[in-house]
Amino acid sequence: MLILALKSLWARRLTAGLTLAAIAISVMLLVGVQKIRVELKDSFARTLSGTDLIVGARSGQINLLLYSVFRLGNPTNNISWDSYQRISKQKDVAWTIPIALGDSHRGFRVLGTNQDYFRHYAYGRNQPLQLVEGRAFKDTFEAVIGAEVAQTLGYRLGDPLIIAHGAGNTSFSLHDDLPFTLVGILAPTGTPVDKTVHVRLDGLEAIHLGWQSGRKTLTLSSEQARAADLTPDSITAFLVGMNNKVQVFGLQRAINGYRAEPLSAILPGSALHELWSLLGIAEKAIAFIALFVVIAGLLGMLTTLLAGLSARRRELAILRALGAGPRHLFGLLALEAALLSALGVLLGLALLYGSLQLLAPMVQAQYGLLLYPGLPGAGEWRLVGLTLLAGMIIGLLPAARAYFYSVNDGMSINH
Amino acid sequence: MSTLISIRDLRFAWPRQAAILQIPQFELAAGERLFIKGPSGSGKSTLLGLLAGIQQANSGELRVLDRDLSRLSGRARDRFRADHLGYIFQQFNLLPFLSVTENVTSALIFSRHKRRRLQASATVEAERLLSELQLPPALWSQPVHTLSIGQQQRVAAARALIGRPELVIADEPTSALDADSRAAFIELLFRECRRQHSTLVFVSHDPALEPLFSRVVSLAELSEHATC
Repeated sequence: MLILALKSLWARRLTAGLTLAAIAISVMLLVGVQKIRVELKDSFARTLSGTDLIVGARSGQINLLLYSVFRLGNPTNNISWDSYQRISKQKDVAWTIPIALGDSHRGFRVLGTNQDYFRHYAYGRNQPLQLVEGRAFKDTFEAVIGAEVAQTLGYRLGDPLIIAHGAGNTSFSLHDDLPFTLVGILAPTGTPVDKTVHVRLDGLEAIHLGWQSGRKTLTLSSEQARAADLTPDSITAFLVGMNNKVQVFGLQRAINGYRAEPLSAILPGSALHELWSLLGIAEKAIAFIALFVVIAGLLGMLTTLLAGLSARRRELAILRALGAGPRHLFGLLALEAALLSALGVLLGLALLYGSLQLLAPMVQAQYGLLLYPGLPGAGEWRLVGLTLLAGMIIGLLPAARAYFYSVNDGMSINH
Repeated sequence: MSTLISIRDLRFAWPRQAAILQIPQFELAAGERLFIKGPSGSGKSTLLGLLAGIQQANSGELRVLDRDLSRLSGRARDRFRADHLGYIFQQFNLLPFLSVTENVTSALIFSRHKRRRLQASATVEAERLLSELQLPPALWSQPVHTLSIGQQQRVAAARALIGRPELVIADEPTSALDADSRAAFIELLFRECRRQHSTLVFVSHDPALEPLFSRVVSLAELSEHATC
């Protein structure tokens, strides 16, 4: 029976092939969208890893997350250096990473931090930052750039960087008296780190010496700057890693109720989840479109099977004469639809995973999105199973018609 | 000779229509070669459908091989047809997606009984029959659509004969053939039926074939209510 179904399908290989292609493409799209959704969500959730708390001036958690992690928008206020020092010396705090934002370099945000950034900052599945070239900064006027900055601007180690005052693409207020030297380039992470220029906190402090209300009032040499006290008065935010994870909520409560200064401490996971749920509408719309493509593909199969059925009444009559019962013919048509669906699904998956193998490195390089071409996840298997089931259910309609024809036509083949 | 087909007071009508067949009595002995004549629409195909167990009589008795088909379930009749019948259609009656040999062995798909009765493998048996029916070996693995109508009918005959069914039904199998091919085909069919001890029921509206058969019945005479 299976061989008969396969040979019958092979005889109609052009229409069957087109049906197969329609199902395969729709499955590829559906599972592909699902995979990209999952990876996008994972990648989004993996923007920051290993950090227990993000602390900034009092604001909503999304705002704090956006400016501290995604470098989007501006902080409502800064945190005083004293508060930062006091909190970072709490006994359960393992490490902190100070973040000072506000300046830019040719459209890329400049982040002032310290060596702890390279020691403790992690993304993805707790992956630390890695340098593909050079080293972390040591001197006040050294800079380390993200992979995208390096690629876009074509910088090499040793190149000078002039930081602009403010965060715009074009700035007329340049800290051109105190240029930085590029000493390191980070490996791609698929996170906002790739688009960031990292400098030392004292370097940021140094270039702002002699500036008042966003204007340069005094020009200093690097030696003069180094001689000054470069301890910052304030920072934008800081990341906290705890010794004991159980204490995270306790410290969060303490910071949120900190009397000396209005501060907010947020859990990165919860904030990322909330932000993703805001962005989820577009992602759901795409998933719906993919779903309708699958429905169109399956309806195409139904049309092909039903249209072909009238032409196959002779074949059904011959099979009846050979001893096939209406049930056999029902089974044959249902099997054919199931085979088409299964082959379509397999072809779709093969196309998808083949494309992923080919495109994943390019997607990671271009968009920073890590697409793991590994085996389909539970969600993808569920979609595949549902598509297969839908194909089998849809196949019952032509099968029922074949049953009806075989009962009514008998062995009459005058069609 | 034992009785192969036995009909008593058989009546058949399509739903909401007058009876198309009403046969008081008819018997056919095993090994006979019966020619049933009648014009189009006289109920020939309906009678063949009843003999093959596709349709079921409204009343009366229709026994084939001592089994009352009018009392068997649809499934049992399908099984009976697969096991004990060979069927030859008018023309274009082969499965186009199978080769010549595969078409012949397709009659074994639904019948374990026929498979058990084979004396050699299905392919060897199919090739023997094709050879007996004078189909050149070069054609055996060809797709059936490359064969002439006459050659296709011989393949159809081989398919009907494989597994040595007790009853072979031929529904106007020669209507597309010219006179010479017609006679040659019928001769081959007779020879194989004789060799396999199969009974042949041959339906046609062509009176020229009558002399070739051992028994001829007119459906109009057989059935009291057969419409013409």
